[in-house]
Amino acid sequence: MLRQIEGSRAVAEAIALCRPDVVCAYPITPQTHIVEGLSELVRAGQVGNCQFINVESEFAALSVAIGSSATGARTYTATSSQGLLFMAEAVYNAAGLGLPIVMTIGNRAIGAPINIWNDHSDSMSMRDSGWIQLYAETNQEAVDLHLQAFRLAEQLSVPVMVCEDGFILTHAYERVDMPEQEQVDAYLPPFEPVQVLDPAEPINIGAMVGPEAFSEVRYLAHHKQLEALDAIPDLAADFSRVFGRESGGLIQTYRDDDADMVIIALGSVVGSIRDVVDEMRDAGVAVGAIKIVSFRPFPLEEVRAALEGKKRVVVLEKCLALGLGGIVASDVRMALRGLSLPVNTVIAGLGGRAITKASLHRVFRRALEGELHDPHFLDLDLDVVDHQLARAKERRRSGPIAENILREIGLVGHKLM
Amino acid sequence: MVQRIKFYQTGTLTVGNRLLDERNRTVQSTVDRSNSLTSGHRACQGCGEALGARYVVDAAMRASDNRIVAVNATGCLEVFSTPYPESSWQVPWIHSLFGNAPAVATGVAAALRAKGRDDVRVLGQGGDGGTVDIGFGCLSGMFERNDDVLYVCYDNEAYMNTGVQRSGRTPPAARTATTPPVGGGPGNPFGQGKDPALIAMAHGIPYVATATVADLHDLEAKVTKAMGIQGARYVHVHVTCPLGWGSRPADTIRLARAAVECGLFPLFEAEHGEITEVTPIRRKVPVEEYLRPQRRFAHLFRSPPDTEAIAAIQAIADRNIRKFGLLGKGDG
Repeated sequence: MLRQIEGSRAVAEAIALCRPDVVCAYPITPQTHIVEGLSELVRAGQVGNCQFINVESEFAALSVAIGSSATGARTYTATSSQGLLFMAEAVYNAAGLGLPIVMTIGNRAIGAPINIWNDHSDSMSMRDSGWIQLYAETNQEAVDLHLQAFRLAEQLSVPVMVCEDGFILTHAYERVDMPEQEQVDAYLPPFEPVQVLDPAEPINIGAMVGPEAFSEVRYLAHHKQLEALDAIPDLAADFSRVFGRESGGLIQTYRDDDADMVIIALGSVVGSIRDVVDEMRDAGVAVGAIKIVSFRPFPLEEVRAALEGKKRVVVLEKCLALGLGGIVASDVRMALRGLSLPVNTVIAGLGGRAITKASLHRVFRRALEGELHDPHFLDLDLDVVDHQLARAKERRRSGPIAENILREIGLVGHKLM
Repeated sequence: MVQRIKFYQTGTLTVGNRLLDERNRTVQSTVDRSNSLTSGHRACQGCGEALGARYVVDAAMRASDNRIVAVNATGCLEVFSTPYPESSWQVPWIHSLFGNAPAVATGVAAALRAKGRDDVRVLGQGGDGGTVDIGFGCLSGMFERNDDVLYVCYDNEAYMNTGVQRSGRTPPAARTATTPPVGGGPGNPFGQGKDPALIAMAHGIPYVATATVADLHDLEAKVTKAMGIQGARYVHVHVTCPLGWGSRPADTIRLARAAVECGLFPLFEAEHGEITEVTPIRRKVPVEEYLRPQRRFAHLFRSPPDTEAIAAIQAIADRNIRKFGLLGKGDG
């Protein structure tokens, strides 16, 4: 049914349709509306016998999820930013134990400096944890990916993060075709755990493993990710059979067939990139785009196949590996090993900095002309940077960087647009 | 599913117990006990935690008709019982992390509730480090939500698994690897540490008890009582650690008893935040009787002895005796 609905509410209702047994959460902006919605749906008796647990921290949230998932319950939680970092130990543990928990990440920057706005630093920090990571472009896709996430998680017994841009998606009202309960039931079978804590058949989960078997256990976790490379397209195909729309998959391409230059990105910014591609096409420039839906596992083969024969790649990413450059770009280069195809990294949208079409046009033009340094920081105010570097050089006790810059630029928020 | 035990495994109390009235016999004295933490694990000789855990889990099993799920924090109990691929646990058992056992237990309880399995009960357990230090946030959360979990802390008063470092339960003056008695200090400083049983009571949860491996019958009775109650329950068990305390394995029970009888470890029960039962001291002993056999306090008894520190510890014991009324009525 088509509805005009807030992204978070749509996700909450989608989770409810998945018939979770346990939902546990700790509030953090911008994830809050999702768990508020679920709390209300559970209390209203619309989610069967689902237990909604208000916990005292994100570490507890995912720990509760670990316990309930290991007891055979379909389990969901959601977090953002600092919350994901606070639960980091449990993030690795849930994956190591092979527990099919689904968790929404309302993507938000990591401090310091504290910042509630969107970028991908949080989920990227957990990219090697063993969780599958799916990134949504729209609220429709966020809803659809959650349905696929439960099926994928439970089929492979691996946890899945569905990442959606904080505020840009979570707080945006837009049209979403909400699934019907019968459709979800047809798509998502009841959870049949591969391991369950049951007195009738006692097993141990979480034993100590030494050097004699640790490598094999870790390899099998990697192997599970490789299996997901096959499962994700299959589940997306099955999804379109049941729901009648394309959603998910490993990557999605846009007007890239005869493109000379291809732009790669994740999440909601792909919408803006599609518009810019259209406008550049209208101006006679052969550009296209690739959206990476599954960042973990990373679809090396699919990315390589889509880029072979192209002349230039621009990876636009909302995260930064300090001391290196691009995170996504590094993976793209891995996909392109052996090919001589120039890759530009564009770091954009950090801490919620708006990524405007005008800026995208400018940076893509410069990339076409081979003028970009790597990595390129979109709309970086070099004056502000230089002034701070000068201050730091001038005297030893130059003070905190963030506060110095805020003092210089004055009005908070004037850089948002 | 539960492995049957052999008669010789029922322990030396069996014969004496068989003379008792049926309901007064210990769980351990019967060949029907569950043997949930079976023999062959790798605990040290004289390990108080292994002993305490066996009694706790067997009593919990009996009280739940053999239907429990156990959740373990990282620590000695977890490590000595499950070196892969061997396990001593004959019950469904999960270990996740050091600091999250109470929350994992909450999750297990929530899953069981969602599935309508009110016949299966949840037992969380950890050492003092996992419980009162790194896991304290999760423990407090589990308490304040009144989740249906019995959480048992086996308190051996330091991080024994990592090599005897100080915890929030390490007593004053005790030597640990991170509180060495050098540079004029007495070992662990006075005026630090916390009492998790009293903090548990402050949450107003239905049941809190302290227990000791010196009185295993009492420990069983408290676990059995706790298992008969719904909601968050906490049992804090004092367990001797020969390795960390520097005591003879044969002295495990003797030292645990001395801790109770000198007043340093009061035994009591509380319901909904109010103390309901206190176990009186039968034969009061000076703290010296408890401290002297332990190498972790040896620096107090060098020549000349640290009488000031010993007196300060005695004052703590005396304060406990007054506060909890450990000498029975009229002891002030």
